[in-house]
Amino acid sequence: MKLIVIAGPPSAGKTAVARQIIRHFLGKKRVAFLKIDVVRAFEDEELRAEFGIPARKVYSGDLCPDHTGIMVLADALSWAEENGAEIFIVESAGLCLRCSPYTTQSLGIVVLSAVSGMNSPLKMGPMISLADIAVITKTDLVSQSEKEVFRERTKEVAPHVEIIETNAIQGTGLRYLMRAIEQTDEIEDPGTITLRGIPPLGVCTICVGKQEIGWQKHSGVVRKLEGADDLFRGD
Amino acid sequence: MDTCAISEITILPGHDKQGRPEKFDSLVIRPGDTLSIVGPTGSGKTALINDIEVFAQNDTATGRTVLVNGRVPPEEYIRDPSMKPVALITQNTKCLADLTVEAFLTMHVKARKLQDPGIVRETIDLANQFTGEQIQPSCRITALSGGQTRSLMVADAILVSNAPLILLDEVENAGIFREKVIRVLKEHCKSVIFVTHDPLVSLLSDRRVVMRNGAVEKILEPKGKERQVLEMVERMDVTLCMFRERIRAGELLVEKGFPA
Repeated sequence: MKLIVIAGPPSAGKTAVARQIIRHFLGKKRVAFLKIDVVRAFEDEELRAEFGIPARKVYSGDLCPDHTGIMVLADALSWAEENGAEIFIVESAGLCLRCSPYTTQSLGIVVLSAVSGMNSPLKMGPMISLADIAVITKTDLVSQSEKEVFRERTKEVAPHVEIIETNAIQGTGLRYLMRAIEQTDEIEDPGTITLRGIPPLGVCTICVGKQEIGWQKHSGVVRKLEGADDLFRGD
Repeated sequence: MDTCAISEITILPGHDKQGRPEKFDSLVIRPGDTLSIVGPTGSGKTALINDIEVFAQNDTATGRTVLVNGRVPPEEYIRDPSMKPVALITQNTKCLADLTVEAFLTMHVKARKLQDPGIVRETIDLANQFTGEQIQPSCRITALSGGQTRSLMVADAILVSNAPLILLDEVENAGIFREKVIRVLKEHCKSVIFVTHDPLVSLLSDRRVVMRNGAVEKILEPKGKERQVLEMVERMDVTLCMFRERIRAGELLVEKGFPA
């Protein structure tokens, strides 16, 4: 079984890309799908109804969705295996841009929307830099110049990442994504899969629900406004 | 590979919506060519330019193949978008950046790593040849009219992107001098393909590709046979442009005869 992890900010077109992948492999490979979200998600129902594939979702509720994703992934792999999946697509909620749900032994796809503003790639950390492929969607809606600038900014963040531009609703230009999936190695040993990046620190009183603002009220990893800049080092 | 080295783009036939083969041998586009793609809604016009834009290799819904200089194009043309020798401007294309025209173009020039400091000014000057409403370098992109935006995007595709092939999908709207655009594209040795419903644009093109049911139905090459009609349509267009300007200027149009 191959593992495909799709991340990206909300409404970038993650599900549209997943849908194109499923459509492409329909009848050739058995695909299973898992959506991780916070409050509500409909992708699993939609994709099950549309393609008749095993699909399910997990809600993280009060917990960070990427945290949830990491916790359930090992069980989810067993579930996909039991359902005879040859390709297992995991779609993250994609919220805080600090997390990167990509694992070893998988193909990591970040989905970015060209209409999200030219600086948006610069605002994302490991979600882009640890991905294998950046699929830039909605390129039909922006001018040639903005498309080109967006592309350069993405390369600035992740020089190695392969960029694929598409109108994901139509599925134009996705042939190399499909080829990359075909060339992705199968999972060798689910027991040895690890995250590609180090998860963010979650070790303070904010994480556990203390609501006061200001560092004086908190303990753990805290900083004043002055000197807070070096808090994030990233991968 | 240098994209200036494109001497021809060849489109090989695919099939219509029922899978029946298309009835043309090949369609070859060379620098300076102008083509119009015409046909009713849903006849496959946009699918044809999408095939060209992604250099289809019998791997799109239409089954067409697109060659460059008679060969399968190098993979980086398709894989690396910055190598792509095609600029596509559609009716949905917007400039979203809230920047001045000058800053917007400067940003694009920087992304393209061009060294020519005069290119921003040149691009604005060229855009101003396409539109009656002058674009100032200090205008904000988001405040431009539809015609100004289109003009700027076409000028930017010609000079900054320097794409040898420009695809314009239904960008006919008032406020852009279509004849001038076609003339300038020819001068710059660009190939251009219009998806259009506009009689003037269709008649000004060297060839017309007629679409039906997802397939190329025929390729017309009028070779001057339509000259009389073209002249009439040009006169009508001039008249309409004049009336449009006068209406804008707040005049009451009460003349009796028409300069037909």
